[in-house]
Amino acid sequence: MALYSDKVMDHFLNPRNVGSMDNASGVGEVGNAKCGDIMKIYLKIEDDIIEDVKFETFGCGSAIASSSMATELIKGKKVSEALEFTNKAVVEALDGLPPQKVHCSVLAEEAIKMALKDYYDKNGIAYDCSVFPSCDSCSHCHH
Amino acid sequence: MRIYADNAATTKMSKTAIEAMLPYMDKIYANPSSLHTLGQLAKEELDAARASVAKLLGAQPNEIIFTSGGSEADNQAIISAAKLGERKGKKHIISTAFEHHAVLHTLDKLKKQGFEITLLDVHENGIVTPQQVADAIREDTCLVTVMFANNEIGTIQPIKEIGAVCRQKGVLFHTDAVQAAGHLHIDVEDMNIDMLSLSGHKFHGPKGVGVLYAKKGIPLVNIIEGGAQEKGRRAGTENIPAIMGMTAALEEACDNMAENSAKVQKLRDRLIDGLSVIPHSVLNGDRENRLPNNVSFCFEGIEGEALLLLLDAKGVCASSGSACTSGSLDPSHVLLAIGRPHEIAHGSLRLSLCEENTEEEVEYIIRAVTQVVTYLRSISPVWSKLVSGEQEFIIK
Repeated sequence: MALYSDKVMDHFLNPRNVGSMDNASGVGEVGNAKCGDIMKIYLKIEDDIIEDVKFETFGCGSAIASSSMATELIKGKKVSEALEFTNKAVVEALDGLPPQKVHCSVLAEEAIKMALKDYYDKNGIAYDCSVFPSCDSCSHCHH
Repeated sequence: MRIYADNAATTKMSKTAIEAMLPYMDKIYANPSSLHTLGQLAKEELDAARASVAKLLGAQPNEIIFTSGGSEADNQAIISAAKLGERKGKKHIISTAFEHHAVLHTLDKLKKQGFEITLLDVHENGIVTPQQVADAIREDTCLVTVMFANNEIGTIQPIKEIGAVCRQKGVLFHTDAVQAAGHLHIDVEDMNIDMLSLSGHKFHGPKGVGVLYAKKGIPLVNIIEGGAQEKGRRAGTENIPAIMGMTAALEEACDNMAENSAKVQKLRDRLIDGLSVIPHSVLNGDRENRLPNNVSFCFEGIEGEALLLLLDAKGVCASSGSACTSGSLDPSHVLLAIGRPHEIAHGSLRLSLCEENTEEEVEYIIRAVTQVVTYLRSISPVWSKLVSGEQEFIIK
């Protein structure tokens, strides 16, 4: 069996929503180059709807595929729906990830949450801190 | 199209090696320990192979033990020297920071048993000096083990000189020659080598077979217990087809070494020149003292596994020292040992050629790597920070 599912390979080889965004409503960056993966998510939010999403990723195949899938899953969603988003949705949508690669999907979840937090901060919207990852580096990282 | 550039991982078997194996599967298939005619015929063939391998290494036939591969040979050499040292109260071993895991993990095991291990620095060029070895040897040193050539960055170590230092100080010297055998000239006598490991599948021979050379008089500790095969030093019915295939492959590789090496080195140099043009890339390991087939680079701002997968999609088989290819979070210990920071070590690529590769393939690889690196950088947030000046380049 190949390391990755066909879905992972598809999103890795043909990633959706790649790129950066000027004047984004919110930007979230998580990860650490030392650990080998960094994800940056850009959100364009209008009327509480995620109108557009872009990502940039430094990382392995599953990190790129997880970013791509995550952007697809939240595009067009309400902010409140995006806040409910978890890494499990990414893993399921990708037809699974190898155990040692599940952390890539966690990074995707965290990057989206950090972008939403940035959106809240920029717009002076109050929020519950516990919903967001506590640090801007990867908590799963050994370093 | 598929271009195989991962010959340091394993090689395609040569026709000669395959043909050399066949008779030992259905014709001379008897057990060389059997007393009947067919068994004794097998034994004669086994002895002949042992003599051939010995000759190619500058050794005596009774100094050659056939093993299941390089890892077993490394284990047996190191454990044997350690046990011998222990009996004399010597429990210090010298090695280098970038050995193969077959060596490093065996040393870890000995460390837990009370041995003291000194791992020598290999410098940015990936070469340890005989002086470092001389300085590290103590009264209680029982073994120096330094690889002949590194498996990731291809750097060739000054084996003969290190061997001379060890001889002079009366310390056993082992070398893991898995990447060197069949590619570089080896003469254990001339190079002052007491023990040497090699593996059949790195020079177009079969997998699952290797050699431990141990100089006459060195008592070996068995890793595999059982019957009295290999003069009681390695139990288990000899894998004669594989031994025959390996022997034929080694003979062929040694016969054609000069020619192959000249051809491959030319391809290697073109590949190094072509990849050096990529901005913020760096060659790993000394440019001159490296295996004729090894090319190892780090590219800033990208991750190696993604690079490998995209190259694979373009038909190029390569490998990387990226953490993501190893299943751990840490990148290659070899790249860290030559001082590459984690960020850079993650973006590594190893291309290892053989004489069957062509100039056209090398040009294709250069184009493919350039395209893939450029693409991955275009989607990398690290790269955008480097380009915007927000973060400083590590590779200038």
